[in-house]
Amino acid sequence: MAFEGLTEKLQQTFKKLKGKGKLSEKDVKEGMREVRLALLEADVNFLVVKDFIKKVTDRAVGGEVMESLTPGQQVIKIVKEQLVELMGSAPSRPVFSSSGVTKIMLVGLQGAGKTTAAAKMAKYFEKRSGKSPLLVACDIYRPAAIKQLHVMGEKAGIPVFSMGDKGKPADIAKAGLAEAKKNGRDVVIIDTAGRLHIDDTLMAELKEMKEKVVPDQVLLVVDAMTGQDAVNVAQAFNSRIGIDGIFLTKLDGDSRGGAAISVKAVTGKPVKFVGTGEKVEDIELFHPDRMASRILGMGDVLTLIEKAEQSFDQKKAAELTRKLKSQQFTLDDFLEQLRQVRNMGPIDQIMGMIPGINKGKMGPMEIDEKELAWVEAIINSMTPAERNNPSIISGSRRKRIAAGSGTRIQQVNRLLKQFEQTRKLMRQFAEMGKGPKKGKPGFPFI
Amino acid sequence: MQERQPGLIPRFMEGLKKSREDIRKKVDRVLSLANKPDPEMLEELEEALITADVGVGTSLEIIEALNERIRQDRSLTGEGVREELKSIIREMLDDERTEAVPEDTATVILVVGVNGVGKTTSIGKLAAHYKHRGKKVLIAAADTFRAAAIEQLEVWGQRAGAEIIKHSEGSDPAAVVFDALGAARARNAEVVICDTAGRLHNKKNLMEELKKIQRIINREAGDCSRETYLVLDATTGQNALVQARMFKEITDITGIILTKLDGTAKGGIVLAIKRELDIPVKYVGLGEGMEDLQPFDGKAFAQAFLG
Repeated sequence: MAFEGLTEKLQQTFKKLKGKGKLSEKDVKEGMREVRLALLEADVNFLVVKDFIKKVTDRAVGGEVMESLTPGQQVIKIVKEQLVELMGSAPSRPVFSSSGVTKIMLVGLQGAGKTTAAAKMAKYFEKRSGKSPLLVACDIYRPAAIKQLHVMGEKAGIPVFSMGDKGKPADIAKAGLAEAKKNGRDVVIIDTAGRLHIDDTLMAELKEMKEKVVPDQVLLVVDAMTGQDAVNVAQAFNSRIGIDGIFLTKLDGDSRGGAAISVKAVTGKPVKFVGTGEKVEDIELFHPDRMASRILGMGDVLTLIEKAEQSFDQKKAAELTRKLKSQQFTLDDFLEQLRQVRNMGPIDQIMGMIPGINKGKMGPMEIDEKELAWVEAIINSMTPAERNNPSIISGSRRKRIAAGSGTRIQQVNRLLKQFEQTRKLMRQFAEMGKGPKKGKPGFPFI
Repeated sequence: MQERQPGLIPRFMEGLKKSREDIRKKVDRVLSLANKPDPEMLEELEEALITADVGVGTSLEIIEALNERIRQDRSLTGEGVREELKSIIREMLDDERTEAVPEDTATVILVVGVNGVGKTTSIGKLAAHYKHRGKKVLIAAADTFRAAAIEQLEVWGQRAGAEIIKHSEGSDPAAVVFDALGAARARNAEVVICDTAGRLHNKKNLMEELKKIQRIINREAGDCSRETYLVLDATTGQNALVQARMFKEITDITGIILTKLDGTAKGGIVLAIKRELDIPVKYVGLGEGMEDLQPFDGKAFAQAFLG
């Protein structure tokens, strides 16, 4: 049994459903069996799955689908709607205390990624919300945890407050608050030690800290790879400490993150942030609808666009559009484009967001970042005239370019072919953009 | 624990109470009826296995095997069914205790895994374990990536009384391992344990780096016996199977260290891993203390699993 992502599983299931004109109760049941299996393999808690399947089946069999012209799509829609509902319908924007300092406490099991999450949040608030955060190191148990936060803080350019590992965590947190007030920091993020939800002493310690600090938010940090036990953990932290939201980490792995669904379902608390990589910038707001789309193989176009907007230079983009329209797209532009795409992050992550690209079928992602370096070398070995007009690149020029860039002629050929294809594709996109809707639609009544 | 939270579906809470129960209690409940086994009982047992992260496929297989035994012995009731289930799980895990380090040859142990599973802590405990058995232990601090990983390992090294070979943060991990093996030869160390940075198994470049480390060990470790342990967090779900598969492709995994078994997670995924990839569990982590790493015992595991 090969492991396949939930996306592929569901795609397969619905392909079967799509093939039929009308759906019988039996079809729906069969489809749901596969959905159940897929959700369980994605680590969604089995009680949540039961509930989910029942709801979808009720809606699907209850006529809504039968009368629809495209029953398969209707089922997909229902599954997606229910998934979104399970995960919370809207992304939650960060909320800051209106009076003074916003206090955020991070709690969770060992190894969930609290320290990294703390640094990422701090960086995010500074960059996106214009805040000046302070990190407070309250993990007095794990060897070198305080040092780790200091190093992370340094990388993020955020100050870190610590008092060694001798004091009581609640007192350190208090002192951290005072320090923040003194230095005009307006967000305090408190990193705590990882602990088991059944460890009474350590849970009591967290409770004490919460009472002393009175945080605006307590976030439970949950590893996206967590299995069925996620519900127990979330339930325990919520009932004993009380949490306000969830920080889902390690979403850059290939786990489907079913834990996100489970945890939301048992605590009723929303996932607020997701961690998507090793770097301090690798943090995103959680978008339930996008996540549902991703799970269902509809791609995550919105995140892709957002990433593109962040990393693309607006001026260059406008210039590119102009060139595309006038069909002057050159190899220089091609290279520039590649560089910009690279700015968006690791290629395999970006690929995962594009609808229709089936990661499982492509095998382990074999897109090598080194490949891009070769492309760069090849283009750099061309003369300006060649870059502007690749059609002049004859056999002997190809030989020279290959020698100059340390590649083989086949690689040069492949690149030129790719370029030609891209140019064609770009032209098509440009044509599409010339439709009647140009710019923002105006208000018809004003 | 009986607090009800507003806004939650009552049916769901009802269900949760059930899942909060330990799998053992659940099995108790199913089997206590002393009834003849019926399809409903089997289904509930299957659910119990799924709740323990055994996975759908493996759970089904276990239940089918159980059903076969029930068919063969129609006199089985509750307690008998439990014993059969236990023995199936035990057999799956190869009921034999395995001690990794042979008495007479030196051993090099490479420790790998994704982020946050407890590699560094496990290494500290492993070092103490071998030290306790009178071995000279050397640790290679080859997690040069994570902030303060080297410092963390140093604390563990001090506690265990093991020497650490380290470079600075950000240096080439393969070079650290190379140096450690050289130092081990010079100082006649009997056990060398190599820490590595946590890496998600789907990151190609990081996995390539690991391949290089394994290559260095294979080349430099001479006559030493070699072990590569994959550290798995018992809390991890089905993704652990993917982790095991990918790490096995890159390195010569010889065993698993299953950590954080002192929580409520049961680590049932090791059954699926054993079944699919035939990788045995060698040690289990049961707490934060120095002595909380113990050699794996299939019998005890099955016992703890089902009561």
